[in-house]
Amino acid sequence: MESGCSKKLEEEKLELRLGPPGQEHSSWFIKDESLPSFGYFSSLKSNGNQAHKFPPPEDHLVGSVLASPWAKNHQPKPPSSLQSSEKKQTAMPSNCPQKRTAPGPVVGWPPIRSFRKNLAAPSSSKVASETPVGLPHKVANEKKTVVAEPSVKGLFVKINMDGVPIGRKVNLKAYDSYKKLSAAVDELFRGLLAAQRDSSAGGIVNKQEKEKPITGLLDGNGEYTLVYEDNEGDRMLVGDVPWHMFVSTVKRLRVLKSSELSAINLGSSKKGKTVEN
Amino acid sequence: MSEDDERQQSPPSDLEFVSNKARNCNATGSGSGHPEFQSAYPDQVLENVLENVLHFLTSKRDRNAASLVCKSWYRVEALTRSELFIGNCYAVSPARATARFTRVRALQLKGKPRFADFNLMPPDWGAHFNPWALAMAKAYPWLEKVHLKRMTVTDDDLATLAELLLGFKELVLVCCDGFGTSGLAIFVNKCRQLKVLDLIESEVSDDETDWISCFPEGESQLESLIFDCVECHINFEALERLVANSPSLKKLRLNRYVSIGQLYRLMIRAPQLTHLGTGSFSPSEIAGQGDQEPDYVNAFAACKSLVCLSGFREIIPDYLPAIYPVCANLTSLNFSYANITAEQLKPIISKCHKLQVFWVLDSICDEGLQAVAATCKELRELRVFPVDPREDGDGPVSEVGLQAISEGCRKLQSILYFCQRMTNAAVIAMSKNCPDLVVFRLCIMGRHRADPVTGEPMDDGFGAIVMNCKKLTRLAVSGLLTDKAFDYIGQHGKLVRTLSVAFAGDSDMGLKYVLEGCPQLQKLEIRDSPFGDAALRSGLHHYYNMRFLWMSSCRLTPNGCQEIARAMPRLVVEVIRSADEEEMDDAVEILYMYRSLEGPRTDLPKFVTIL
Repeated sequence: MESGCSKKLEEEKLELRLGPPGQEHSSWFIKDESLPSFGYFSSLKSNGNQAHKFPPPEDHLVGSVLASPWAKNHQPKPPSSLQSSEKKQTAMPSNCPQKRTAPGPVVGWPPIRSFRKNLAAPSSSKVASETPVGLPHKVANEKKTVVAEPSVKGLFVKINMDGVPIGRKVNLKAYDSYKKLSAAVDELFRGLLAAQRDSSAGGIVNKQEKEKPITGLLDGNGEYTLVYEDNEGDRMLVGDVPWHMFVSTVKRLRVLKSSELSAINLGSSKKGKTVEN
Repeated sequence: MSEDDERQQSPPSDLEFVSNKARNCNATGSGSGHPEFQSAYPDQVLENVLENVLHFLTSKRDRNAASLVCKSWYRVEALTRSELFIGNCYAVSPARATARFTRVRALQLKGKPRFADFNLMPPDWGAHFNPWALAMAKAYPWLEKVHLKRMTVTDDDLATLAELLLGFKELVLVCCDGFGTSGLAIFVNKCRQLKVLDLIESEVSDDETDWISCFPEGESQLESLIFDCVECHINFEALERLVANSPSLKKLRLNRYVSIGQLYRLMIRAPQLTHLGTGSFSPSEIAGQGDQEPDYVNAFAACKSLVCLSGFREIIPDYLPAIYPVCANLTSLNFSYANITAEQLKPIISKCHKLQVFWVLDSICDEGLQAVAATCKELRELRVFPVDPREDGDGPVSEVGLQAISEGCRKLQSILYFCQRMTNAAVIAMSKNCPDLVVFRLCIMGRHRADPVTGEPMDDGFGAIVMNCKKLTRLAVSGLLTDKAFDYIGQHGKLVRTLSVAFAGDSDMGLKYVLEGCPQLQKLEIRDSPFGDAALRSGLHHYYNMRFLWMSSCRLTPNGCQEIARAMPRLVVEVIRSADEEEMDDAVEILYMYRSLEGPRTDLPKFVTIL
């Protein structure tokens, strides 16, 4: 029983991701520092099991670019502050709402959208911390890792293909086998790859002729091979482990040129096939 | 301007248009069906004539009125409506809209209620563009323009638009979310006729995709590219190439990852720009200062058509003088991200004689506003945002600034003013000095704050606004307000269509005054005010004429809301709670209700209940 609980906890921990807006309800609570008027803090206190849903503090900074506006509101605070803010004034209807109560942050007040906040930083501090263009916000985003975004309906992972600047996302829950995944990858990138080839060749796009299906992704025979990055950061060939195991560990997919596979350091522990030079 | 189209079942009470002849006709088709006027021409010719005439009818309201005349007019109007505006995406379904209007070229949709912007409800509430995208792709292959506000748009939706709509030209996303740079990449790559891509105050996730380089090579028809809200690095070289290949480009708003040096390179390639968002307006490296800096003044001087300037996202004020050459021509200036002082503002604003729209931070203080008042006699719209948006922060602007503006800018039509203190006297002065006011939004950031000079509530100030500003259609109130303020609004605010209320009023009477007194009320958003079920009941006669009512943290109970739901079958009554709460507490946290032809929506998240 207990191991089941902790496994669920583990999975749920894994499921906490900083996805695009609309993915995470639980993170909605933690990221807004002010006390909303919904009384959720009482549910916080009463239900200790809720605690495990909160991501560790350092994640608050991460993915501020990804998460929805309210996440940008967040200034890092230790979780203990959540308890103390209960004392602050809520906007719940009370007997005398008109009495001047002790000022405390209230959700959504003043009504300023989050991207208009944090303007008080004087320009001199920006100068001091400035690094060449291309870096400053990469630093802040450093902690952002490539992650899978689970939701009730799907497990979305990013997938990039060599030679195609446009990345896509696939919903792994929509497939139940490697074959179907491979077909989906072909569908996602066939047109884009053809377009890339045309633009680089400078030729006129002729869809029928130029769009070759992308095959052999799994057996090493095609021009491209499908690899993935797992939860330990290792790169693996797709197809070696049972499907459900793959789905539970995959974090990101890549379609690489088969000819360049040998140059890539593939994870050794689970490798079934090897790709020789 | 902001009404739903789909009201054939319950025509708005304010439409007096229907003529005697037309009374025999019924737009829904259940009447006798034939126009009374004698005509020697067959119906078909009449319809052709009508079709030609109706092509000239562009205003939504006129078209709505025309469609109610009789079945024939209804039909022809539906055929000739090319711009479809739907103010609440849940008021009507995509199927119904596409069935009625078959030749739509431009679609405008609005989704979430405005208070969602301020984190008052959990994300994932709805307003998904997806069903609309799919329906449009099928029904309107010639669709050219899509304009969305507060909707959730996915990467796949963007792909749908780009792949299935061959002549697609214009995409404007305001306050939207749900998509990322990969969606943008596919969109710009496939939309070969794209003229306008405007991303305004939208949330764009960084999928690490270089979307700028996905624009097709070669000459582009791009006229407007606005991406100042996109919080990702962009490939500058690709952007430069794009700008160089876009001779028709008139509007360009860069994000803060573009340095002033890069801005220079873009400006010299596009001197024809009329609207420019400058990006960061600071250099990428301070080390570069010793080197030859480009002649920024020259770059601005070369832009002879520039009328609208914005950006300044991470401004180094030393560079401000670069914009002097364009000030005299500017009609719109947005400094709302520029933390500058009055002293830094004055040399600029003193040259802006033609300025009509000015957005600024309160860092300029009352003194800065006085400078604005002294020069900008043509000012129509002013927005003053707080640098420090806290309740008890410093108050760099006050009644002094408002008074000065009212005295200097007599043509003012729209104002949004955040402050820490305000007096009734200044508000009354503005009501008298600026009779053209259409929008008056005052946000005194301290809740329940009285007039600091008299100690009185702010009732008289807002009362004067509704009394003296006869054209007022939009009002947002704040400060200490009793029911009296709402009495004034109900008595005098006869044209008010949008009203925002927060932390105001004493009792149900406040809301009653408004619901009973304001016949044009369309959008009412209330938070943290002591209005309960009785007040809610007093609006039953009016709710079908409104786009929506939002009430959060008021005194509503589930029973009270249930009563409304029962009494009004075509009203969707949503009770929204925080995501973790148990269902149906004693108090209703958020009530959001709106008229709809479709009944309860099918995409409800867990935290929403429809009564």
